[in-house]
Amino acid sequence: MYNFLLLAFLAGVGFALVAAPLGSLVVWRRMAYFGDTLAHASLLGVALGFAFSILPMYFSVAIVCVVVALLLLLLEKQQAIARDSLLGILAHTSLALGIVVIALLPNFRADLYGYLFGDILAVSWQDIIVIYGLAVAVLALLAWNWQKLLAVTVHAELAKVEGISIQRQQLLFVLLLALSIAMAMKVLGVLLITAMLIIPPATARPWSKTPEKMVILALVFAILSVLVGLAASLYLDLPAGPAIVVASSVLFTGSWLSAR
Amino acid sequence: MPNIEIKQLGVKQQGRWILKDISLTIAPGEIVTLVGPNGCGKTTLVRALLGLMPISTGSISLPDDLSIGYMPQACHIDPTLPITVQRFLSLSGMPIDAALNKKLRIQRLLKQPMQVLSGGELQRVLMARALMRKPKLLVLDEPVQGVDVTGQAKLYDLITQARDELGCSVLMVSHDLHIVMAKTDKVICLNQHICCSGTPEAVQKDPAYINLFGTAAEKLAVYTHDHDHDHDGGEHV
Repeated sequence: MYNFLLLAFLAGVGFALVAAPLGSLVVWRRMAYFGDTLAHASLLGVALGFAFSILPMYFSVAIVCVVVALLLLLLEKQQAIARDSLLGILAHTSLALGIVVIALLPNFRADLYGYLFGDILAVSWQDIIVIYGLAVAVLALLAWNWQKLLAVTVHAELAKVEGISIQRQQLLFVLLLALSIAMAMKVLGVLLITAMLIIPPATARPWSKTPEKMVILALVFAILSVLVGLAASLYLDLPAGPAIVVASSVLFTGSWLSAR
Repeated sequence: MPNIEIKQLGVKQQGRWILKDISLTIAPGEIVTLVGPNGCGKTTLVRALLGLMPISTGSISLPDDLSIGYMPQACHIDPTLPITVQRFLSLSGMPIDAALNKKLRIQRLLKQPMQVLSGGELQRVLMARALMRKPKLLVLDEPVQGVDVTGQAKLYDLITQARDELGCSVLMVSHDLHIVMAKTDKVICLNQHICCSGTPEAVQKDPAYINLFGTAAEKLAVYTHDHDHDHDGGEHV
């Protein structure tokens, strides 16, 4: 067995574990662009991490993602500009800032391909430990708050009258999302992260009658895409990240066609 | 349990007063119905009372640990979110109440997705979710909207029953100006401020009420229990 393939598979599954519930919430709340925005912002984190190489890259990416997430929560309170416009502004500003910072660094060669697709075939055991450590923490917090998060997603005002703090659940959700994206950035890259958040839950939707079933099916579809994508990469010599995205799109199309 | 007390409440939005100088008391077990033309601030008053929107002036005092059952006017659930009636009810954090579901005739709907319910079915499910919490205050925003006349009668019966069994206060926004539940203790006629209030009989004779709704609504038909009842109160305002 190729060791790098095993590590790539483990990394993909590690992110799929948190992407299934978080991605489902993203889809239900119509926040697909939010994941996208955070993923874009992480380039700025990478650049800043390189500029002030005191902390490991994970931390600088996590900090930038959390700051952008909080900024969005704050900006959302005003009603003059709609959420999707705000997300667009934040996404492109942080991406442009990231590129500007990179240009200012003399020794940093930006690998935009790596930024888009990560480097899933170069995963180290250390990356695996970081991914799974965070995944366990994120899953524990999600499980503990699942009922409340779901109640707020289904009907925020009803949930509030029933005693759930909308703001606290909102904050928890965006923080967990930001941390998960940060942990997966180096390995999976922007495109794969956003694809794995959105596509597997969308694939699971026609086969699900309850929210929980959708999350579990999303996880199954995500793992399947990772397997198929990696196999395609091995046997057809395709780039691994894009192959995983294509595999999950094929599953999505198949799912909706056969559900009709 | 002490009264629910609203004093000199005002709500201002974007420089415009939606509600002004609202003072009212809801006693335990009392049924209060809010009526008024579209845009008069009925829903705003309810939302302010529930803490769903900030108030600009005045105060709202609720008893400590008041459990509230809320039946919102609308419940749009995103089609991407698969959820059955049963799972929706369980989000209240209370165990499924088979007797209540039977009373509301929703036991057959439990396995249905929320998104396929008819208007009347959805109202009954929302009512179940509000009543599951055994509230001390039941707030209903247009509970009979989209329900046929017979269905309305049954819903009104259920509201009265809930009041009798739980001893809860009821605050209701009435969708139909003309029809006010027979068991209503107090009608409040709202148009940014309180035009008049009192028993249904007193309010319909009040000049402020007649002035506000004109000849189209001279009489406030009080719903009574004739199930073949057919209202001919003219146009809806």
